[in-house]
Amino acid sequence: MKKTAFQWMRKHLIGLRDLSREELEFILDTADGFAEISTRSIKKAPTLRGKVVVNMFFEDSTRTRNSFTLAAGRLSADVIEFTKKSSAVNKGETLVDTARNLEAMGVDIIVIRHSAGGAPTLLSRSINACVVNAGDGYHEHPTQALLDVYTIRQVRGRLDGLKIGIVGDIAHSRVARSNIYAMTKLGAEVTLIGPPTLMPPHVRDLPVRVSNSLDNVIEELDVINMLRIQFERMGGNPFPSVREYSHFFALTAERMKRAKPDITVMHPGPLNRGVEIESEVADGPNSVILRQVANGLAIRMAVLFLVNQAAMQTESSKS
Amino acid sequence: MEKILITGGRVIDPANQFDSQADVLLAAGQVARIGTHLSASADRHIDATGKIVCPGLIDLHVHFREPGDEEEETIASGSAAAVAGGFTSVVCMPNTTPPIDEATAVEYVHRMGRQARKTFIYVMGALTKDRAGQELSEIGLMHQAGAVGFTDDGSGVQNTAVMLRAMKYASMFNTLVAQHCQDNTLIKDGVMNSGYHSTVLGLPGMDPLGEELMLWRDVQLVRKTGVRYHAQHISTAGAVEIIRQAKRDGLPVSCEVTPHHLLLTEDCVMDYDTYFKVNPPLRTAADVQAIREAVREGLVDALATDHAPHLQSEKELEFLAAPFGIASLECALPLYRKALIDTGLTDWMGMLAMLTCRPAKILGIDKGRIGPGDRADVAIIDPNAEWVIDAEAFYSKSRNSPYHGWTVKGKVLATMVAGEIRYFCPEWSSIKQ
Repeated sequence: MKKTAFQWMRKHLIGLRDLSREELEFILDTADGFAEISTRSIKKAPTLRGKVVVNMFFEDSTRTRNSFTLAAGRLSADVIEFTKKSSAVNKGETLVDTARNLEAMGVDIIVIRHSAGGAPTLLSRSINACVVNAGDGYHEHPTQALLDVYTIRQVRGRLDGLKIGIVGDIAHSRVARSNIYAMTKLGAEVTLIGPPTLMPPHVRDLPVRVSNSLDNVIEELDVINMLRIQFERMGGNPFPSVREYSHFFALTAERMKRAKPDITVMHPGPLNRGVEIESEVADGPNSVILRQVANGLAIRMAVLFLVNQAAMQTESSKS
Repeated sequence: MEKILITGGRVIDPANQFDSQADVLLAAGQVARIGTHLSASADRHIDATGKIVCPGLIDLHVHFREPGDEEEETIASGSAAAVAGGFTSVVCMPNTTPPIDEATAVEYVHRMGRQARKTFIYVMGALTKDRAGQELSEIGLMHQAGAVGFTDDGSGVQNTAVMLRAMKYASMFNTLVAQHCQDNTLIKDGVMNSGYHSTVLGLPGMDPLGEELMLWRDVQLVRKTGVRYHAQHISTAGAVEIIRQAKRDGLPVSCEVTPHHLLLTEDCVMDYDTYFKVNPPLRTAADVQAIREAVREGLVDALATDHAPHLQSEKELEFLAAPFGIASLECALPLYRKALIDTGLTDWMGMLAMLTCRPAKILGIDKGRIGPGDRADVAIIDPNAEWVIDAEAFYSKSRNSPYHGWTVKGKVLATMVAGEIRYFCPEWSSIKQ
């Protein structure tokens, strides 16, 4: 086995903002190893046998939750599913109390999805178990961004020098934030595209370019990531109508004609077909949307494996 | 009532521009004499050599949570915290449950204050019924019951017509109208300053414009109504500029700033630490600089803690869900010192003016000075004592202090209210019978 100087030290994965390029690449390389398991007839490894993973989902999710459940299962962990709708005003048991109760039952890893930015940070401060962020408010969604860059690396070989466009509701997107950190650290140049009303405050302080015109920049892009328009998260009406939004920012077959022929088309799902992306494009030859989903599994196996390993190392170094 | 002789201290009385070593004799609840080498007989002799003797401090912005949220603070526990911080008069905000929006509620707060027998308790009434920003509350009746001003603090009055009506009406009583400036249509569900940090944290931001637009609007309404107007806890450079202009125009406009807006920036919330969640939010370093500059220029009339106690369990919630507020009455003085004196922006005379006679003037109360014949509200301060802030030791019922563990300089040693010792620092042993 190749001896590597690098050692993964984090028992929590809250976001990608603090991660180094080396750490990001280490996760992607680790995922490569786990991708192989999915090709076997018996898709299981004993890596997390005897460990308990809880999926704490305070927000609707099908894709991410199933992906984590499957990833934990393939690593032979016991999985507890915990779902509860969270509201802005907290009533009843607090998040920290809920987590402490689960921890008392011997949970090793908490995977949390929450509508409040910072909820995983709060947990990581309050409990001993590993915390993996499965999306918090519009803060970060690290495993989504990891599977995005993993997919790009798979398709394009590397991210260095690639021009990547992220289109849509940047202001309310945790995917966009995690994407920006991962992609720029891996050497890509990121352009955010959308109306000013969907850009977050001080967006230009991020390591990105900003454009209000998809038509102006589409020709230069190597990769385009179409964000879902999240009607439930936007206050007021940041654009006059879906029709008008689509007119300026949807990835249509017509617009694709002006893109590079080998442009990689991505979408974190779920799709609003006909809103931000036309079906013909979503299902077309440039689309890697389903490959993203498949890769999510390997990424999540890698993340669960790594945080657990880091936790065990801290344990053993204590004793 | 016992006679107290305080000797050898540096007496600073900003109202009289007095700053000199002197002895102070308190008798019958009043300052009887001030002079050198007083040899009057006294029941109690306090050696204040090397200490500052000044008028008891005034805080015109505290939340004592009673009625309604007595698990967080009561008027009794808040009063104990106040005297431990050197405050002999505080003004309770009306955003209790139910709010202080009628005369019996004003009287209730006064009564609880008298029962607590610690500090003088004043109260502002709600400007509108139920603080809903729609109908005027009984401003006149509350004024007669002793309310020292009117505000919907916690939020600003959104509707311009309502605010204009309230100001016109209040001007009839020559009372004070105070405002928590914030345009809700811009702020929405904001929980921190709007900017790069809120973008990175993925939290809804509060645009500084929200504060500035309402303040600017109100200043125009003052121009029209002539009412005495007080801008509460200003937090942005833009707000400072609006105050500067209003004062230049000679309008009856005053403002206050808090310790946290003088010392802390939005960087503090980068770890989602709810102890730094406060409203108005912590702003940028440039805003802090502008507010400090405003102090240096004399634009700031009062220092106010906005003491806002909350339960630990509430502050342990998600940043979005946790309540706004910092409890700081007991450590305010050294914080002000750190922000204003250690930085050379002002001196003790200037700082104490913003804690005594200047807020007294805003409130129209006969307090905040210690000339002969004045009420014996006195604080004794060791300006150089170093100590570590320990929230666990607070008299306040709450512990939500981001300053816990800070090493600070300046300690309140004794607080006298109407000639009675209401607080005496346990570590100060120089009292003599």
